[in-house]
Amino acid sequence: MSATAENLRPAGRPIKARLGRDDLAMRGFMAVIALYLVIALALPLYAMLSKSFSTYQFDLTSYEFQVSDDTGNFQTAPITAAALNETLQAVPSEDLATSSDGRLPATSFFPEFSFRSPMIYRIRGTGEDVSFLIGSERFSGTAWQEVDSNTFRRVMLRPVRSQGLQNYTTYFSTPSLFRSIENSLFISALSTIITVTLAFGFAYALSRSCMRFKGVFRLIALAPILVPSLLPGIALVYLFGNQGMIKGLLLGESIYGPIGIVIGSVFFTFPHAMLIITTALAISDARLYEAAESLKASRWKIFWTVTLPGARYGLISAAFVVFNLVITDFGLPKVIGGQYNMLAVDIYKQVIGQQNFEMGAVVSVVLLIPALVAFAVDRQVQKKQVALLSARSVPYQPRANPRADWLAFGYCSLVAVFIVGLLAVCQFAALIKFWPYDLSLSMNNYAFDLMDGGGWDSYYNSIQLALLTAVFGTLVVFTGGYMVEKIKGFETGRGLFQLLAMLPMAIPGMVLGLAYIFFFNDPRNPLNVFYGTMAILVICTVTHFYTVSHLTAVTALKQMDREFESVAASLKQPFHKLFRLVTVPVCLPTILDISIYLFVNAMTTVSAVVFLYSPTTTLASVAVLNMDDAGDIAPAAAMGMMIFYTNAGARILHLIISKGVLKRTQAWRFR
Amino acid sequence: MRRPLLVLRVIISVTWYKSSEASSVSSYLRIRNLYKNFGDFTALKDISLEIEEGEFVCFLGPSGCGKTTLLRAIAGLDLQSFGSIEQAGRDISALPIARRDFGIVFQSYALFPNLTIERNIAFGLENAGRSKTEITGRVAELLDLVDLADQGKKYPAQLSGGQQQRIALARAIATSPGLLLLDEPLSALDAKVRVHLRHQIKELQRKLGVTTVMVTHDQEEALSMADRIVVMNHGVIEQVGTPTEIYREPGSLFVADFIGETNQIHSTITAANGLTVGKCALRSAAHGFAQGQQVIVTIRPEDIIPHEPGSRRAESDHSALAVTVGEMEFLGSFWRSRLTGAELGDEVLYADFSINAVRRLSLAAGSALTIELPADRLIAFPAGGDDVGNG
Amino acid sequence: MAFRRTCLTAVAAGLLVASTAAAETELTVYTAVEAEDLKRYAETFNQDHPDIKINWVRDSTGIITAKLLAEKNNPQADVIWGLAATSLLLLKTEGMLEAYAPKGVEKLDAKFVDKSTPPAWVGMDAWVASVCYNTVEAGKLGLTPPKTWKDLAKPEYAGHVIMPNPNSSGTGFLDVSSWLQIFGEDGGWDYMDKLHGNIARYTHSGSKPCKLAAAGEIPIGVSFAFRGAKSKAAGAPLEIIVPDEGVGWDMEATAIVAGTAKLEAAKTLVDWSVTKTANEMYNSGYAVVAMPGVAKPVEHFPDNLVEKMIDNDFEFAANNRKAILEEWQKRYDSKSEPKS
Repeated sequence: MSATAENLRPAGRPIKARLGRDDLAMRGFMAVIALYLVIALALPLYAMLSKSFSTYQFDLTSYEFQVSDDTGNFQTAPITAAALNETLQAVPSEDLATSSDGRLPATSFFPEFSFRSPMIYRIRGTGEDVSFLIGSERFSGTAWQEVDSNTFRRVMLRPVRSQGLQNYTTYFSTPSLFRSIENSLFISALSTIITVTLAFGFAYALSRSCMRFKGVFRLIALAPILVPSLLPGIALVYLFGNQGMIKGLLLGESIYGPIGIVIGSVFFTFPHAMLIITTALAISDARLYEAAESLKASRWKIFWTVTLPGARYGLISAAFVVFNLVITDFGLPKVIGGQYNMLAVDIYKQVIGQQNFEMGAVVSVVLLIPALVAFAVDRQVQKKQVALLSARSVPYQPRANPRADWLAFGYCSLVAVFIVGLLAVCQFAALIKFWPYDLSLSMNNYAFDLMDGGGWDSYYNSIQLALLTAVFGTLVVFTGGYMVEKIKGFETGRGLFQLLAMLPMAIPGMVLGLAYIFFFNDPRNPLNVFYGTMAILVICTVTHFYTVSHLTAVTALKQMDREFESVAASLKQPFHKLFRLVTVPVCLPTILDISIYLFVNAMTTVSAVVFLYSPTTTLASVAVLNMDDAGDIAPAAAMGMMIFYTNAGARILHLIISKGVLKRTQAWRFR
Repeated sequence: MRRPLLVLRVIISVTWYKSSEASSVSSYLRIRNLYKNFGDFTALKDISLEIEEGEFVCFLGPSGCGKTTLLRAIAGLDLQSFGSIEQAGRDISALPIARRDFGIVFQSYALFPNLTIERNIAFGLENAGRSKTEITGRVAELLDLVDLADQGKKYPAQLSGGQQQRIALARAIATSPGLLLLDEPLSALDAKVRVHLRHQIKELQRKLGVTTVMVTHDQEEALSMADRIVVMNHGVIEQVGTPTEIYREPGSLFVADFIGETNQIHSTITAANGLTVGKCALRSAAHGFAQGQQVIVTIRPEDIIPHEPGSRRAESDHSALAVTVGEMEFLGSFWRSRLTGAELGDEVLYADFSINAVRRLSLAAGSALTIELPADRLIAFPAGGDDVGNG
Repeated sequence: MAFRRTCLTAVAAGLLVASTAAAETELTVYTAVEAEDLKRYAETFNQDHPDIKINWVRDSTGIITAKLLAEKNNPQADVIWGLAATSLLLLKTEGMLEAYAPKGVEKLDAKFVDKSTPPAWVGMDAWVASVCYNTVEAGKLGLTPPKTWKDLAKPEYAGHVIMPNPNSSGTGFLDVSSWLQIFGEDGGWDYMDKLHGNIARYTHSGSKPCKLAAAGEIPIGVSFAFRGAKSKAAGAPLEIIVPDEGVGWDMEATAIVAGTAKLEAAKTLVDWSVTKTANEMYNSGYAVVAMPGVAKPVEHFPDNLVEKMIDNDFEFAANNRKAILEEWQKRYDSKSEPKS
């Protein structure tokens, strides 16, 4: 009896699972959260992409002119602007492309025009929606408008919307714009090299030496996470600006520009790199070191042949994370960049400065590319790193070596001084009455209500946003993670969901914020009721920080026994009972981690929300930006430090709650 | 021409026939033409099986043979691709887990770590219209049943592996399911606890009379616990039978080889009840092979009977061979001896001789010996065929 | 009985709440007026009209304009109160303003009222460019105070001048458009080419150069007079210089956003915005206001400021805005770092 193909695929229809109530409920939940991601991510991005192809064009065929003779009689037939341009070639076709703000003087088509001539001009559109201006008055439609020659020179044609690649052509033919690509890449690369090198040294000292105060150093190294990325910029102004405390150290170079951006970038990306590299170093195998030592290899040789290769995935991953953070950051180059243009700032300039939304969308698309590449590479590397992690290895235990330990201590102290120094400068500046002329201490700079940026309200708004983001975000992220991890079957749906959940990491905040304007501020969109509310800020922030939270949740859920759900189902208990009684309590530490992550980031984020806040929802982080923008640098520093203290407080609270909760709900962990 | 697998097939279909004809009541679980595909890989091929009510059945086979896949299909954890499953006369082929009727114990036990032992066991008892006292009573009863009456307030992590296993069992049977599924329940435990738990589980099963399916890769476990064993390999059932049937009358070379230990000898058919072993033609049980055909003949080491050297009772006794003892390995209750000799040609046999026999015959390395290969213990299988018979 | 009384009280209280709710209208007002003035504006307005509550949306001119344009098809604002006339002209050409002649508009200087009938917007006050000059820092560097715009382009000020980027700042744009009007188009660009060599950097906002000059971060900041006067009052060692050639200016103006659901309240606010009370209120920060005869001298304001205001052609500024900004960007924004 041979196994032929037909009895491997017997006749009859394959069995299709009948879905139980739980299956349907879980799919329903997942669908809801997937829908959330589609609305909060996919659709806005699509709206932005289509906006980048939306162009404005003067449509010459839709205007008709008629010119009288010297006595004011109209003898000649009406003629379209297109026909006139064809004979005159007055406006070359590339000049017909413009932005939504474009204006084309009607006199362009009349080279002999003089405002003194007695001739009378008529103009009309050939369709109802064709519009033109006479002075600042807007006319549209097919009715003739008659003007004398002096008024005719005030007639301006308006563009109509069309589709095309023209915005991209304009972008790449405008040096001031595409120069930013080079600048962004350069700054990001340089900052990455410096940060990763410094962070590696720091992480190495933390994990491979027996120096003292490791815990303190670790805490200090993590402090930059608690402040907006633009805060180091403000500190640098006080240190190295023209009135800077130690500006001599720059040897006459200006802090406003690449130098400032790089120093600031190193500050705010340092903790991210440090965390990743520390993890990478922690998993290296002590047995390799023993082997190397038994072969009498020198410390130097061990470093190059064991330590570095072992940490290489961590280093690569850290490099891409830092690169991505720097290239997508907007606050820092905005504050300290001077005339040095970077992509993320360009988006802001195009949108806020010039109201050129289409070009903003184009720059966003350009900014997406390096971010996506960095993201993709990082994902690949992370996969390999995971493989390393699961290998069985013996953790390395450093041995005391006084000389090396003092060296490590010295090095870490330098880094710590750099980090604490910048923060201290901000706090100091915030308390000075009028730098540099009146150095008395005062609380004047905390009178935020007298400044731009929304005053103290923006601080309270930020706390509200952070709390809402933490609660709502954790709920959505953890539920979504649970459904995608524990649902039975439904592979396609899960794959799609995973993709959606990973996407936010690759989307720069500026891009997300801009995409939200396009999507949510469209009057045809019934969701535009959210525009200008706290809700949209929460949605945007949750989406912006979705990926890391999702990965954290999924990692924790993966550690749960895969069969809990099967057991519960076999005992005829609904999944939500299991979720409530087992999953959530067991994952509580992770849930708290996710919420503090979301809280801290909601307090510090600027890039996405800068396009979305409204008068009632001004935010502290944006206030820092706006106060700096208006020249109120000391209040900006003061507000920045308020964010720092709030986040530090939240962290401590988180720690206390975690401990308390752990004691109560995690008793089972301790025998 | 009869083939062992053919025999197996007939047996199965006869069983099937019998049960479907005689009493659909007694056959509790009925699996028909089950297939499971994972992409291009076929994990289960045309599985048909009947399990009687109250029976303890083991799925036994090497890893990757499909035994767990079959169990998960029965439970509805991973649905089969084709084929049907009936439980107590009800078609459950496509039902969600919650609408089936079984309790399950996993290799990992899957005890809820943050709930006490009591709450773990009570988990399935809640929401079913039972009163609190009723539940407490049932939990106490179950704890008693698994001999852990005083452990109720502890958390799973505070118990030993064997204790956790029993809690998982108690939780699975708490709702008195019609079917108990055990997925390698003992494999995570150390040897001594395992042996102890074997008996306890078996006893419990007998007491409750619950139809039980257990997946295991440990033949000793299967042989000692099961009423019937389903031996599986490469996604098909090789043989179904009681432990003694499986051991004494393997249906295929695979089963003969997988269960216990056996000698495999290249052989040629000499008669309807004769074949060669080495250079000698021996009498064997009736087989179905044609004269002159190449076969593999098997005999278990303990079935080889030692005699005084030269003690052939008669020339017509075609069961004896003269051999020389090679290395002898002491394995506690017996000696495993390597046997060679002119009459064996190139073949080597291993025989297990009792300590008594060794003493009686003063066997040592180099001793000459006559062995008897009982005709009914020489079982022939087609040569060159792999474990799926080739026609 | 007691029950009945409570009931009645409750009903009465309910009615009271209902009636105040009906009376109170909330207006969303977009503005670029300095943050520190907003509270005062709202309070003064509420003295006459306590039933209308103002919700301010305050941001810099560029951002507010961008916001309004972005919301073109779905306006969130009811009224714009205190935005550059150049921006309002832009909004007008997009058809975003509700034409309305406020009661008493005839009492205003015609220069301050939109030319259409009824006008799309009315001006409040003028907002005049000036140079903030930090005497202490300039002294340290040995600079002499510039008297004219042309002076500012001299090599001695190289790297010591900051001005706002016209792409994002209304003040920056009025500087550029005034130079193009004062020196003619070619002369204007010529001038800016030279000036660019002296600029340390271009800031995003218009008040920042003056605040930076006040803080000594730079000796010379091209900004506007009002900001300079405020910083000087706050104790900064500033001198406010009005260049001889004349200075650009823009109006802060008021308009109703077309399509507002609260037209009546919006009209009430705009009516009030042209009253004498309102003009006196504007005067506390601006030396030039729309209603003739109201303005009193403002502390620290340069005396000759009004005479030096150029005859600004707003239509030119609005209709050529895009072309000017493109040209400016092409010339000065492409250089990653300023020449010094």
